[in-house]
Amino acid sequence: MAAATSVPTAPSGSQPTARQVATRFVDTWLLIVYALLAVVYLLTPVALIILFSFNDPAGRSNFTWQGFTLKYWLNPFGVNGLPEAVGLSLVIAFLSTTVATALGTLVAIALERYRFKGRGAVNSLIFLPMATPEIIMGASLLPLFVSIGAPPFFPLNFATILIAHIMFNISFVVVTVRARLAGFPRHLEEAAADLYANEWQTFWRVTFPLILPGVIAAALLAFSLSIDDFVITNFSAGKTQTFPMYIYAKYRIGIPVQVNVIGTVIFLVAVGAVVLTTVSGRRRR
Amino acid sequence: MGTLLKRHRWIAPVALLTPGILWLLVFYLYPAVQMFQSSLWSGSLEKGFEFSFSNYTNYTEGLAEYAPIYLRSIMYAGAATVLTALFAYPLAYTIAFKGGRYKNLLLFLVVAPFFTSFLLRTISWKILLGDESPILQVIHLVPFVPEDFRLLATPIAVISGITYGFLPFMTLPVYVALEKVDIRLVEAARDLYAGPWRPGGAIAGFIVGGGLATVLGIAFGWEWLLTGIAGAIAGTAIGWLFISESFIRVTLPLSLPGVFAGSLLTFIPAIGDYVNAEMLGNPDTMMIGNVIQNKFLTQNDYPAAAALSFMLMAGVLVVVAIYARILGTEELSASAGRL
Repeated sequence: MAAATSVPTAPSGSQPTARQVATRFVDTWLLIVYALLAVVYLLTPVALIILFSFNDPAGRSNFTWQGFTLKYWLNPFGVNGLPEAVGLSLVIAFLSTTVATALGTLVAIALERYRFKGRGAVNSLIFLPMATPEIIMGASLLPLFVSIGAPPFFPLNFATILIAHIMFNISFVVVTVRARLAGFPRHLEEAAADLYANEWQTFWRVTFPLILPGVIAAALLAFSLSIDDFVITNFSAGKTQTFPMYIYAKYRIGIPVQVNVIGTVIFLVAVGAVVLTTVSGRRRR
Repeated sequence: MGTLLKRHRWIAPVALLTPGILWLLVFYLYPAVQMFQSSLWSGSLEKGFEFSFSNYTNYTEGLAEYAPIYLRSIMYAGAATVLTALFAYPLAYTIAFKGGRYKNLLLFLVVAPFFTSFLLRTISWKILLGDESPILQVIHLVPFVPEDFRLLATPIAVISGITYGFLPFMTLPVYVALEKVDIRLVEAARDLYAGPWRPGGAIAGFIVGGGLATVLGIAFGWEWLLTGIAGAIAGTAIGWLFISESFIRVTLPLSLPGVFAGSLLTFIPAIGDYVNAEMLGNPDTMMIGNVIQNKFLTQNDYPAAAALSFMLMAGVLVVVAIYARILGTEELSASAGRL
């Protein structure tokens, strides 16, 4: 102690030299400029998708800029198969999100609340799908469906896509909801129990409202994963076409401009949904 | 109901777990086991398949024919992982320490690309790297660039496509780790006379920069010696000018778990990816994913495709198991939860 107090001036106590100030200023601004460049890099392809939704291509392929037009925005569904594909993607995303969010939330509650044998195994089973390349999950589902060889699994259809999407979404829901449950104020539940609420009432009146933001975040994540999934869907769709499958099918023969219009709309809706949940979450706090 | 639950405490967790876990057992774990079984099939989709352990030749033949493609996939995914780490670290560092009130906005911009279609973004890169793109025209203004230099349909295009696609997967976990770094530790290091890291920084920059550039040079198919020297020079300069002792001794070690988590989150999807290789590459840049999807969906050669998939999965599982043993899965799940 005596030694520590006998040191009169640490460098932080003294005034930093002009040179130190200059170095720190340059460091900071270099980093900020770099971060802005990185954001531009990340968003350039997105900007290009939006830009090319206003393109007026000469031929079938929408790869070179020809001129500005609004005609595809005014007629976003005027191409064969596209509205059906988008509709199917929305239905699958909605259903798989609903089921996966319900199943995943239950698992998250069980993992966070109870100590039981085999908890480690359950943890691993949740973790593994997130650590498996998508192509392997798709490629292992395909022989399963084919070897069952009977409806609803074969021929591949809507149901098989839905099964696959629920499967890969569950894990993401579990980890998102768990992150929310980790700092959960348990005493509120105990207070409810003290006030003669049964477990059912406690869950719906105390627990659920508190974890709801986490559940909503999980559902948003699941929805965005489902609506954009191509690799696993490619293995479980057969002749059924979702929006990404439609893009892939048209990739070689020329993608209609309407695809960019739909892609832009999906982007704007997703951004809007995130902004809305953040703003409302902030207000609640 | 209340007394029943209290008497049998195991009922509640089992009831909560059963539906979700059952789904994963039936549609994740069982198919993986079944895939191993189908890798030992022979026959065809039309005539029916037959199982026999003597069909292990699916493995030996697959390995003999596709070993170079496995190697290429590891190289491309590895190069992309190194590049995302190099790009993401300063980005995450800036957001964590200089972001101030714009932190959440910047994080939002980092994940914003995920709100558009992955396929459409890859097609955007096809346009950006194409022969008529402004980027290429600028490159051609540089002296000594050969007349026929192009980016599209080269390893550079494939690796940069993968790098772009998975950059947010690296940025988020690194950010999460950096944000947890206690700034008082850094200040304490400065108080204890941690200054610029001049000789050490230069030497470390020389070794790391040179090493990484050589690896990338090999992956890109460039003159690896020249790339290595260029990387070493750049690394030395960065190490001499920017790396401080407090960063090396405090911030970097504390953030390494985030870098490892990000590397795994990037490498795993990257090694199975086939969209970038298909859209941005050429037949010589084919990755193992292309082979697997082609065999499954075009040739209907399930046994061979299952054998190839199983080998890929085994490789990935070994990497994941080593990672989980050493570092645990908390960091990974936490960053996946933040997506």
